[in-house]
Amino acid sequence: MIKRSIFKNRLLPYLLILPQILVTATFFYWPAAQGVYQSLMRSDPFGLHNRFIWFDNFIALFTDPLYLKSIGITLVFSASVAAVSISMGLFIATMANRAFKVKTVIRTMLIWPYAVAPAISGILWLFLLHPSYGVVALFIEKYLSIPWNPVLNGNDALAMVILASAWKEISYNFVFFLAGMQSIPHSLIEAAAMDGASPFRRFWAITLPMLSPTLFFVTVMNIIYAFFDTFGVIHTVTQGGPGGATNILVYKVYQDGFIGLNLGSSAAQSIVLMILIIIITVLQFKYVERKVQYTG
Amino acid sequence: MVEKTPILDTFTYVFLMLGILVVGFPIIYAIIAATLPLDQVSRVPMPMIPGDQLLANLREAWQRGDLGTQLMNSFIMASGITFGKIVVSMLGAFSIVYFDYRFRTVAFVTVFCTLMLPVEVRILPTYEMAANLLGPLQPLWKFLHIDSIISWFAGHDIKVSLELSLLDTYTGLILPLVASATCTFLFRQFFLTVPEELCEAAKMDGASAMTFFTRILLPLSKTNIAALIVIEFVYGWNQYLWPLLITTNPKMTTAVIGLQNLIPQADDLPEWNVAMAAALIVMLPPILVVLFMQRWFVKGLVDPEK
Repeated sequence: MIKRSIFKNRLLPYLLILPQILVTATFFYWPAAQGVYQSLMRSDPFGLHNRFIWFDNFIALFTDPLYLKSIGITLVFSASVAAVSISMGLFIATMANRAFKVKTVIRTMLIWPYAVAPAISGILWLFLLHPSYGVVALFIEKYLSIPWNPVLNGNDALAMVILASAWKEISYNFVFFLAGMQSIPHSLIEAAAMDGASPFRRFWAITLPMLSPTLFFVTVMNIIYAFFDTFGVIHTVTQGGPGGATNILVYKVYQDGFIGLNLGSSAAQSIVLMILIIIITVLQFKYVERKVQYTG
Repeated sequence: MVEKTPILDTFTYVFLMLGILVVGFPIIYAIIAATLPLDQVSRVPMPMIPGDQLLANLREAWQRGDLGTQLMNSFIMASGITFGKIVVSMLGAFSIVYFDYRFRTVAFVTVFCTLMLPVEVRILPTYEMAANLLGPLQPLWKFLHIDSIISWFAGHDIKVSLELSLLDTYTGLILPLVASATCTFLFRQFFLTVPEELCEAAKMDGASAMTFFTRILLPLSKTNIAALIVIEFVYGWNQYLWPLLITTNPKMTTAVIGLQNLIPQADDLPEWNVAMAAALIVMLPPILVVLFMQRWFVKGLVDPEK
């Protein structure tokens, strides 16, 4: 799309777009091309010998039980993060939307975890769930009598990083849900109330369906967050351990590439992630387009 | 009018308070821990009454973590990313929306293909790129035999290797993260909603493209810029993977990365009070930005979705 009324200038538009193109080409296209090239090569850690091996890196990747395990962990991890943070965010937003007078105050009290870095969120929860010093860990062991040791038990460790990652997304989801609920026409709610629909019925029959576009958007954003932005949580809290129980895909790329120096495999893993996020983005754009048509 | 539901309203407020408490608990707990001396913070469970050691713990955290330097680095990185992204993308969007030229569609597609592709999926090659910015030119250099040409001129053998490393520099921390299409996309969407008449009137008055940009478009974009400042500052401050890779010198690390060294490990003294004090210091700047600019922030966060 372009304006009807435009400026005529031969050089200026190129100069204006140049910085963006330069930065994008240097730090996006060139590295991406390099990544594709490396994923088709086998090279030793010093980069002395390169050999073209077609898709062997990818085949090796998808037959590697560790990588398949990492895919499984990532799916469980991101689904849990999305489920916990969306249900909490939706619940609190529903309550806040009923509190007619103090919405802004409540929003202020809930919005700031958004600004906390994932890595710091990890540190806070590491302290809360620390097997010897954590107060929540103590609660789990003493009152729920569930044995808790995230240092040794993989499931406990996974639960810990899920909580730490989901916590800060609650406020992000909350902001979207509250805004979404506030944009639902009040007349709709009133009409339903006059027909005798109870507040619960109104929630299921009106609020939730009207929120479905927001819900979809938030789910996509949460999954992207859980896939990529949670690197900081994993790095500070578990470093992928114990025994690879929290080694999500993005952390595995880093570990194999920077610590294991297995460039070909790491590049192949990057390409897999890239394809994945392209699919998600395309899906989201399809949805956005549909929504634009819907609203006219 | 919707019916009155006093019982449900009471429940609403109770659950709301509970929700706020649950969400706020990690921070409240961290604040209390940061005020306690070592012997109390390592008691299980830790006392929930704040102590008087807050200042001592903050000072200890500040010195041990070298937070002065690292907060400065974080600040430079976050503001650099914010400023860079906004300038680069505003100019780009202006070029795409207000001019018609041959490569317009190509430029548009080139930029928008990078939408939402985070640095996390292309870490290794981007790192190699940053380690030697001139790397891609090396084959060209070889191909053109510039070495031998120079050697011939100089009369003796000269080997030139092109190297320009961004490791451990502010440029290296900032520049690769400026490459993002999100802001350009937002500005493009906004420019498209600016009435045509404004541009026509400006042209009729003889304004050049840049005059129109600085005198009309820039003031109109104030709210969008404010919203993006909040979002991008928080994004920049909280970056983890990229600064972890690109900096090896502790003097160049950011505060969020530096915190890792203050977490008590199994054999250390359990100085969680110092760790929590440091965490509080490091998380404060982006929280303040979000709270003080909440109105624009919420607008910027929620609106593009619409």
